[in-house]
Amino acid sequence: MLRSWVRNPIDTFVLERLESEGTTPSPEAARSTLIRRLYLDLIGLPPPPEALEAFLADHRPDAYERLVTHLLSSSHYGEKWARHWLDLARYADSDGYNDGPRPHAWRYRHWVIQALNGNLPFDQFTIQQMAGDLLPDATVEQRVATGFHRNTLTQRETGTDREEFRVKQIVDRANTVGAVWLGLTVGCAQCHDHKYDPITQKEYYRLYAFFNGDKEVNIEAPLPGEMGPYLQQSPEYQRRRRELLDQYPALALQPQWEARLLEAASTSEVDLIWTLAWRKVGWLFDGGQEILRLDPSQRTQKQKDQLSDYFVGAYNHVVDKGKYEELGLAKLKEELVKMRAEFPSLSEAQTLIPHSHPPTTHLHLRGDFRNPGIEVRPGTPAVLHPLLSQTAPTRLELAQWLVSKKNPLTARVTVNRMWQEFFGTGLVGTAGDFGVRGERPSHPKLLDWLATEFMSSGWNLKQMHRLIVESATYRQASKLRLDLQELDPANRLLARQTRLRLSAELIRDSVLAASNLLYPVVGGKSILPPLPKGLADLGHRFQGWEKSQGKDRYRRGLYVLAKRTAPYPQLMVFDAPDAQESCTRRERSTTALQALNLLNDPVFFEAAQALAIRLLQEESGDVQKRLEYGFQVCLAREPNSTETDRLLRYYEQQREILRQEPASIAKVLPLELIDKTDPASAAAWVGVSSVLLNLEEFITRE
Amino acid sequence: MNLQEFKQIQTRRHFLERCAGGLGMAALWNLLAQEGLAGRLQTELAQVNPLHPRAPHFPATAKNVIFLFMAGAPSQVDLFDPKPELKKWEGLPLPPSMTKDLKLAFIKPTAEIWASQREFRRYGECGMEFSDLLPHTAKCADDICMIRSMYTDQFNHHPGQLMFSCGAPLAGRPAMGSWITYGLGSESQNLPGFVVLSSGDPTHSGSKAWSNGFLPSSYQGVPFRSGGDPVLYLSNPEGISENSQRARLDVLRDLNQERFADAGDIEIASRIASYELAFRMQSAAPELLDLSQEPQEIQNLYGVNNQPDSYATARKTNSNQFAINCLLARRMVERGVRFVQVTHSSWDDHTELNKRLKSNCEMTDQPTAALLKDLKQRGLLEDTLVIWGGEFGRTPMVERSKVGAGDTRGRDHHPFAFTLWMAGGGIRGGQIVGQTDELGLNIQKDKIHVHDLHATILHCLGLDHEQLTYRYQGRDFRLTDVAGKVVHQLLV
Repeated sequence: MLRSWVRNPIDTFVLERLESEGTTPSPEAARSTLIRRLYLDLIGLPPPPEALEAFLADHRPDAYERLVTHLLSSSHYGEKWARHWLDLARYADSDGYNDGPRPHAWRYRHWVIQALNGNLPFDQFTIQQMAGDLLPDATVEQRVATGFHRNTLTQRETGTDREEFRVKQIVDRANTVGAVWLGLTVGCAQCHDHKYDPITQKEYYRLYAFFNGDKEVNIEAPLPGEMGPYLQQSPEYQRRRRELLDQYPALALQPQWEARLLEAASTSEVDLIWTLAWRKVGWLFDGGQEILRLDPSQRTQKQKDQLSDYFVGAYNHVVDKGKYEELGLAKLKEELVKMRAEFPSLSEAQTLIPHSHPPTTHLHLRGDFRNPGIEVRPGTPAVLHPLLSQTAPTRLELAQWLVSKKNPLTARVTVNRMWQEFFGTGLVGTAGDFGVRGERPSHPKLLDWLATEFMSSGWNLKQMHRLIVESATYRQASKLRLDLQELDPANRLLARQTRLRLSAELIRDSVLAASNLLYPVVGGKSILPPLPKGLADLGHRFQGWEKSQGKDRYRRGLYVLAKRTAPYPQLMVFDAPDAQESCTRRERSTTALQALNLLNDPVFFEAAQALAIRLLQEESGDVQKRLEYGFQVCLAREPNSTETDRLLRYYEQQREILRQEPASIAKVLPLELIDKTDPASAAAWVGVSSVLLNLEEFITRE
Repeated sequence: MNLQEFKQIQTRRHFLERCAGGLGMAALWNLLAQEGLAGRLQTELAQVNPLHPRAPHFPATAKNVIFLFMAGAPSQVDLFDPKPELKKWEGLPLPPSMTKDLKLAFIKPTAEIWASQREFRRYGECGMEFSDLLPHTAKCADDICMIRSMYTDQFNHHPGQLMFSCGAPLAGRPAMGSWITYGLGSESQNLPGFVVLSSGDPTHSGSKAWSNGFLPSSYQGVPFRSGGDPVLYLSNPEGISENSQRARLDVLRDLNQERFADAGDIEIASRIASYELAFRMQSAAPELLDLSQEPQEIQNLYGVNNQPDSYATARKTNSNQFAINCLLARRMVERGVRFVQVTHSSWDDHTELNKRLKSNCEMTDQPTAALLKDLKQRGLLEDTLVIWGGEFGRTPMVERSKVGAGDTRGRDHHPFAFTLWMAGGGIRGGQIVGQTDELGLNIQKDKIHVHDLHATILHCLGLDHEQLTYRYQGRDFRLTDVAGKVVHQLLV
């Protein structure tokens, strides 16, 4: 046995399998490859040249481990790993279906980043998201965590059956728990007993029942620094608001409007206008029907404000357009929005709380909610360990059950997904399906050992990440080995590392980082990068995409607004998930649209310009030195002589083309930024930079 | 390829490069051919190229599809399925026996009956009926197979449109065009296999109607846009000439090849091929879109230069966009595009139905008929399947949800019985399939579910809808879910 190769127990398991197949591991990758691999895998950014230089010069025996420690404590670590979790959480900034905006969704993403940076143990991470609201003396942050469940789609299309889509949300919540923690496709049992796995339809609806009694509420969830200014200016805001409203006599119509709506709600007589207007309150204004039903004296100030805002915006449901405009309500609506924006506000978060009178849950025959079967109570599948409390278990008990040490699945499913991120494929290749129809693990004992280790570490995510990246298995070269072509074409034996195309977000991040454009602030609201003209024209639903100003447009990919029916093109084209349901594994495709995107997207071309300027400014030496520096920045390595020669030839060719097309020069590179004595030479660097940013190697983790 | 062979190639390759100062992909291929390995690498590349053409399960009657998706749901009562009986009942509510279990989106089942104000006439040898709003399409009656007995389970737009275009009411499933390019690959060497063209208002389903869902994104529908670049990022950045772009691609190819020789990852070869396709698309797409290549009589046939429709103009839509899109669809099919989805939206006439329906028909009737005629005269209709329809139909009862002057009457969503038509690609034209009751409320004969429609479309393309599967999260998924049967009655 190659004892000397083994660095930690992971390697023992891998080596055992390799030896039984009569083969050997690959040598360790070059140090320059290792640092780039670690940077991309742990924080999702390429190493800056200074870091590369320092690492290559660091000959201490634990230089690699020190680098791991440094990266695990970076605040960008949480950004990189939040994105994986957000795939599972089907995170988006819009409702889906008709796709109204969710201006508060980002607050949950912010929580995930902070939780991962703080290394919140995975059992707590689970409990807070599943049932943070039910913890004793729940903090605001614990309640924000339940935003996990709020990422389900919301149907606000008028004319829909509210119950049908509420049921769909609950189904999605149950299915997501199945996929994310149990690695089971429980959704199959929605209509019938699971064909392959031991989950009956009744058990499915017992899982469903945990979520059936919940209510969606948005809460104030201020970030540090928000509360003071808000409280200070609140009275002034109320005064100005009152003043504004008083200028509009139409507000006097509100009590009568409320009365007619309530009347329409309480009778079976159909008055198409008012009945529909009442139903629209249900579709468009969360909690609005409840507020209307409250006696005005019992409404909070916030509820009063919300209701009068809704009245102002929705009175046109009951009067024609001319009348609505005559009353000036359209104008008032605008002014209210404008005034609100002038005052400090508190961040809000989407959360879940238990309903005071939860409905009973019935099995849905053939999965049809209109066809209720026997009554079921919350419970977990009999094939797994029992719940602690059997009497009236809540989401909290379900959460504790998920992370119980008796649960054989949660830890395995979680470490398997980690493995997938570090090696491209999990030990179980079907990360979303650990059931009978899923793949058998390639290294069953390794999977068991990692799962046990994860639990005994106190569910310590960073410690597990360290364990994996410090293994000799992870540190192998990724170079294809022809002797393995027949034996193991898919590299499941792990006799080498795997080359992996970067994710959509990481491609954006790497391009911005290499060009020094990246605005690396962590957390906060979503951003809207510029879009090409005309994208909003034809039903692409980009209306209202007001691009972010200033440096915000250079933030990382995970902050790009996720509008479900109009995903940001660069993310969609590189296989980012569509957030319709939990995504446990991304595809990695190779398409011509990706090539066009990297070559011609103005965001990427701007990056090529910025990289050219960076090379011109930071490396004042000769052309070859600059090329070498460009390689370091983009690929963290030196070019070989073939590469240098070819790029030099291209550089000269490019300079020649530009000299022949002098009008192009200023378009390729804004002249005020460069040395004017030889603008064609300077502009030729934009071409070189663009080539570097388009290299297959640049968008690949080797 | 074994290690020795690979090493030999590398050595020869480096030798050639040093002598010739660097050779392109062509030289590499030649070299491989000499070694007798080009075929092998070609096969390997084809395996990694998801759009490589593939044989169908059995002989096909259609090679391509043009899917004219009338989003919003056109009114079958006013276009295809005349119901003179409605006049007798005009203004009365439906009898309670008929309204039991009837669930509608906006109106109550007791809303009064509203007869169509359209005139219907019989056309063609088959005597198929069309309303006066469709004089052009009517002339193609003998090529059209009209299905008056379509139904779906969804009565709201978003789920209905997804059901219709992706076979499931949930977003996240692959669209029909994605399934078909997944099944058959693409015949085009320089255009995407699945293209989307749109006109009219934004649709409810947005990009989900051409999503690849859980299939690899190679099968995603590629929207061709009417403004700006037809394909996103098709044009070079400002200041980059074609010369300059070619030089950029040449150096990229050479450097990527250098990496390929070292790392040996077939993904690199696939990436090189994707850049070459992108470059070919950069010239092929503008050529495709250049309608000035079409003779004047063809342009006039489609009506691409018709006078703008004032109602459409008021809604800020180009009333000739659908005509342009139909002509483009023909040009795409000629160039080997597998699936063209031409969406026109919106037919969602809850109010002002008479006015809005007329406007939509004026924009779409002539181009639709022109497409059928033009495909036919070029011999393309034989293997091109054309489908015209929306996600559901509209009620024979009136909807009065708009306050205001003038005729504001409209019709609500009606998923229980609606009309759709197909032509070409192995479909038997000149026949009417299915029948609705005298009020047009329910189907009386030959019910055809959306799943059955999908099964039949796949059948025309030589694909067995039960065999065209993709494993995702532990289950084999199909376009037709767990249902659908081929409707042989529709076929030649």
